[in-house]
Amino acid sequence: MESRHKSMKAFGEDLALPEVQLQIINRNNGFPSFEEKYLEVGEGELRTGKIEIMQINLGKMCNQVCKHCHVDAGPDRKEIMTKETMQLCLDALASSDIQTVDLTGGAPELNPDFKWFVTEIKKLDKHIIVRSNLTILVTNGFEDYPEFLAKNKVEIVSSLPYYKASFTDRQRGNGVFAKSIKAMQILNELGYGKEDTGLIFNLVYNPVGAFLPPGQECLEKDYKRELAKNFGLVFNNLYTITNMPISRYLDYLLASGNYEDYMTKLVNAFNPAAAANVMCKYTLSVSWEGNLYDCDFNQMLELPVSEGAPRHIKDFNQAQLEGRKIIAGQHCFGCTAGAGSSCGGELT
Amino acid sequence: MDTYYNPKDLNKFAEMNEGAPVLWEKFNAWYTEVFKEGALSEREKALIALAVAHAVQCPYCIDAYTQASLEKGADLEQMTEAVHVASAIRGGASLVHGVQMRNVNQKLTM
Repeated sequence: MESRHKSMKAFGEDLALPEVQLQIINRNNGFPSFEEKYLEVGEGELRTGKIEIMQINLGKMCNQVCKHCHVDAGPDRKEIMTKETMQLCLDALASSDIQTVDLTGGAPELNPDFKWFVTEIKKLDKHIIVRSNLTILVTNGFEDYPEFLAKNKVEIVSSLPYYKASFTDRQRGNGVFAKSIKAMQILNELGYGKEDTGLIFNLVYNPVGAFLPPGQECLEKDYKRELAKNFGLVFNNLYTITNMPISRYLDYLLASGNYEDYMTKLVNAFNPAAAANVMCKYTLSVSWEGNLYDCDFNQMLELPVSEGAPRHIKDFNQAQLEGRKIIAGQHCFGCTAGAGSSCGGELT
Repeated sequence: MDTYYNPKDLNKFAEMNEGAPVLWEKFNAWYTEVFKEGALSEREKALIALAVAHAVQCPYCIDAYTQASLEKGADLEQMTEAVHVASAIRGGASLVHGVQMRNVNQKLTM
C-alpha cells in the first residue's frame, strides 16, 4: 500500500464519510452485535461510571498522514478548536472533579492556542496528557515545545509502532522513525522517561497490519532493550493498542482483502474481562467543535453521547453525563479483543 | 474438492475432536502449554514454530505462525531469518549425507 500525502476527505473518498463507514461495519455479516456480546460481562448494558478523563481533540490537522489513522488527519485538514471552545472546556473542567485532561488530534501542537490552553489547564491543577506524534517536536517552529511541555510537567504519549524503522515508516511515512528518534533524544535530555524527574514519557505500539497486538509486558521489554541498545533511549511504559476498523484503517482492511478475517479475529477474541474495563466508562471525549462523545472513535463516526445527556461542552453537567448509556457499534470489538485496548493500552 | 489445501480449512482444525475427543483434548492441553512463555518467550516459540512449519512445509502452519509471530511482536526481518534457519538445516541435512556418499564411494572405488 502506497504512502498517503493527503486525507481520504481531501480526495473526496466515500469512505471518509462516517455514514459509509458505519454502513460497512454494522452490516449483518453473521457476527453477534457488540451490545449483545457485552451482556457476557454480567453488568447489563454498557454505561459510564464516574468521569475521570476529559479527552479533548484539538483538531484534525496533522503533519503526518499515517495509514491507520482513525481521524483521517493530515496537513489538509482545517478543523481546529477555537480559543472560545477551549474556554468552554476550561469552564467545564473548573466545575468538575475530573483530574486528567488528555489532549489529542491530529497533532494537538498544531492548534495555534495549544500553549495557552495547556497553561490554563495547568492553573486548574489538572494532570495533562499530550498525544504527540514526536515528529512535530522536531519540526521548524516547534523546537521550543519539548521544553514547554517539560516545564508544565505534561505527560507525553507517543506512537512508535516498532523499535525499528521498517514497520514505523511503513505505517507513518518515510523518515518518521529517524525523526521520532531525534525527538525522543531531546525529550530524554529534558528528563522525560527518566526516573525521579516526574516527566512521564510513554510509547504506543499498534500493529502495522491486520493482526492483533502482542502482550504489552513482553513487548515493552523488547522495546526498552532495543531502544537503549541502539539509540541510548529510555521511556516509562509501552501501551499496546488494537487498530480500530474505521476510517483509514478500514480503508486498508478493505483494500487488502483483510476486512472479514480481521473482524472475525476481533469478535472471536472478545474478552469479557477487557470489556468490563473499557475506557469509555470513565472518559468523556470532546470534539474540536465542542461536541461530546463517548470516545474519540465515536467522535470520528459522529455518534454523539446518548440522547438526554448534554451534547455540547457549553452544556457540560458532570452529574447528567455520568451513568449515561454508551453508544456502541461493531467497531467496539476493537477495544475488547484479547487483552483489550484503550488509550492507556491493555485493559486486563 | 478442487484442492487439497483450502485456507478456510484451518478453522476446521477443532473438528478433529470428533471421533477421538480424549486424544484431541490431551493434544490441545499439551499444545497450549507448549506455547506459553517459559524459558523461551512466546515470540521465540512462535518463530521456532514458523521455522518448523517451513521445514515440514505445512501451509496451515505457515499461515498460522506468520500471524502468531506478528502478534507476538516479530517483524519480517526476524521471520525471514527464522525461515533461513529452517532452510539451512534442510539444506545442511542433505549436504551432510554427502559423507555417506563419500563412505560408499571410498569402499567401492580404488
